[in-house]
Amino acid sequence: MDEIKTVLTRGMGRRSLLQGLGVSAIGISITGLVGCSKESSGGKIASTGEEPTLNFYNWDTYIGETTLDDFKGASGIAVNMSLFASNDELFAKLRGGNQGYDVIVPSNDFVERMVSADMLMPLDHAQIPNFKNVAPEFQDVPFDPKRAYSMPYTWLLLGIGYRKSKVNPVPDSWKVLFDSDQYKGRIAVLSEAGDMFRLYGKYLGKSVNSLTPADIKTIEAMMIKQKPNIKAYHEDNGQDLLAKGEVDLVLEYNGDIAQAMVEDDDLDFFFPKEGSQLNADNLCIPKGAPHPKNAHALINYLLDAEAGKKITETILYPTPNAAAKALMPDTYKNNPVIFPPSEFLATCEYAKFNSELQPLYEEAFTRVRAA
Amino acid sequence: MAAPLQDWRTQKRPFAAIASMPIFWLVLFFVVPMAVVWLYSFGENAGPADIVISGTLENYKRATEWLYVSIFLKSLAVSALVTLICLIVGFPVAMAITFAPPNWRPWLLLGIMLPFWTNLLIRTYALMTLMGTNGYANKALGALWGGASWLKTLVGMQPLDAWTPAQLLYNNFAVVLGLVYVHLPFMVLPLYAALDRLDKSLIEASLDLGASQISTLNRIIMPLAGPGIAAGVMITLVPALGAYLTPDLMGGTDSQMIANVIERQFKRANDWPFGAALSFLLIYAMFIIVALQSLRRGQPKRGE
Repeated sequence: MDEIKTVLTRGMGRRSLLQGLGVSAIGISITGLVGCSKESSGGKIASTGEEPTLNFYNWDTYIGETTLDDFKGASGIAVNMSLFASNDELFAKLRGGNQGYDVIVPSNDFVERMVSADMLMPLDHAQIPNFKNVAPEFQDVPFDPKRAYSMPYTWLLLGIGYRKSKVNPVPDSWKVLFDSDQYKGRIAVLSEAGDMFRLYGKYLGKSVNSLTPADIKTIEAMMIKQKPNIKAYHEDNGQDLLAKGEVDLVLEYNGDIAQAMVEDDDLDFFFPKEGSQLNADNLCIPKGAPHPKNAHALINYLLDAEAGKKITETILYPTPNAAAKALMPDTYKNNPVIFPPSEFLATCEYAKFNSELQPLYEEAFTRVRAA
Repeated sequence: MAAPLQDWRTQKRPFAAIASMPIFWLVLFFVVPMAVVWLYSFGENAGPADIVISGTLENYKRATEWLYVSIFLKSLAVSALVTLICLIVGFPVAMAITFAPPNWRPWLLLGIMLPFWTNLLIRTYALMTLMGTNGYANKALGALWGGASWLKTLVGMQPLDAWTPAQLLYNNFAVVLGLVYVHLPFMVLPLYAALDRLDKSLIEASLDLGASQISTLNRIIMPLAGPGIAAGVMITLVPALGAYLTPDLMGGTDSQMIANVIERQFKRANDWPFGAALSFLLIYAMFIIVALQSLRRGQPKRGE
């Protein structure tokens, strides 16, 4: 546990500090891609037949301590990693054309969005033999049938983090956040409109992907009614609000709360009985990638059991890599916050990208906030 | 002795040489990108990554719905309040710096500018640490409360109820405070520039001729500092109207400002045409404010 602790105090979790704050990310992502790929290409050729370099566009604190160095040792390919802070930033950056990225890490709905916008390159599974390490339930997923365009990197679930000493009895439903004044002024929920509407849908017993404009109206009214009880719509930094004692209950991803729990014994997390929304981050190759073979090599390496173990030790998110999970200590494998029971998982769904509903969610949420 | 200023019309070539670089810069990095965004505002989404410029006015129609107009008016009210507080707080500060001993002034000015050395995001997070439920402000207030309670028991009265932390963060108060904190230097610097230029002998004359301190302030200093006040108001109001970081981080459930709505259109909502229309309405509004300002100032100029 101690080594996990030291790692955690260093990292913040990729969904925390930077997210939503495009300003802060600009400085990081500008780091000259063009320069990097030119200078190291001094005539050398990697075993893949390409110049030994690769541009990796990743979330912050979302890779193992030594993973990229180890990869260089194994393949001779030097990885330039630059960082993005949100899927929106990634998408906005690539929608005007690929500026030289080889591997990117979009979430599930953005994989769908980028496929429909023809921004991703189909993967050559023959170059990714480590795909066999992936747990069966992640080998074929609704947002990318047969994994034609993406490889699983991590997955996450939304649930409720809470402070044990302030919350009694332990709730078991979304009701405590969505439809109750029991903890008035001591709760925070996400500011992401789509996630909020879909989870309200879950609370109302609907599928996250079957909401209608009429449902949106109903949910909007519920949100306006609940608004006085909510302290803040947070920018995915719920674990900080909880850790600082600003709120006692917060809607957050399990991985983020698992990280905060390492530092604060008084925190815990539960999955509401109505079910939840699954998210997954995926390794993809954008169209126009200058080093597609190197990109395949990196993706294959990241799916390796030992490399996957090192990544998981650092970021502590649930891993879809069964071989890597098997190498992890029991404190991780049997952690109910990181790996919920399978009967709960059966109630969870991936949110589909829906270009018609997204603007409706946004406008309704703007109305809620203006109400 | 400086040479007399010449009209640019008589010296076209040197003028062109000097002006071409900034004009080129302005066109390339301001006019062209803004023109692209302006065109977007007449377009519509065609697929997740494509925008078709169809000449539609639908975005503007949507942007002028009451929902967005009300958010805009609220943002205007918040930024006007912020500007007013900045003026009330900043004017005495600028006065104090102006009348401070000359060898102090650079240090006082440095004190005003010091916050600029730190990134806005860092300053906002620092303020949040200070104002949180378990932050230093609440700890200090709690200690004072405890002291008062102890004093009461000392004189034989009932102690006060236990201290409940004040909610300083995640509400509109926090947004106004955060914006004042960030924008105060923008107000103080132009005010100082105006007050510094002011002919001190006019103040002495006013006082010598029997005007009170207050009427000297009202009838001599304020009118003469007018352009500085106007500049300070503009330079505070306009960025405050476009603020999105402070309401995002420090605001509560009803603290969204128009810039937050615009930001969401470009990011989560992925509706650039609508975001562009909202942006341009905001730009037009600011333009009107600036135009009104310069009309009001269109009085006869003083000699060089």
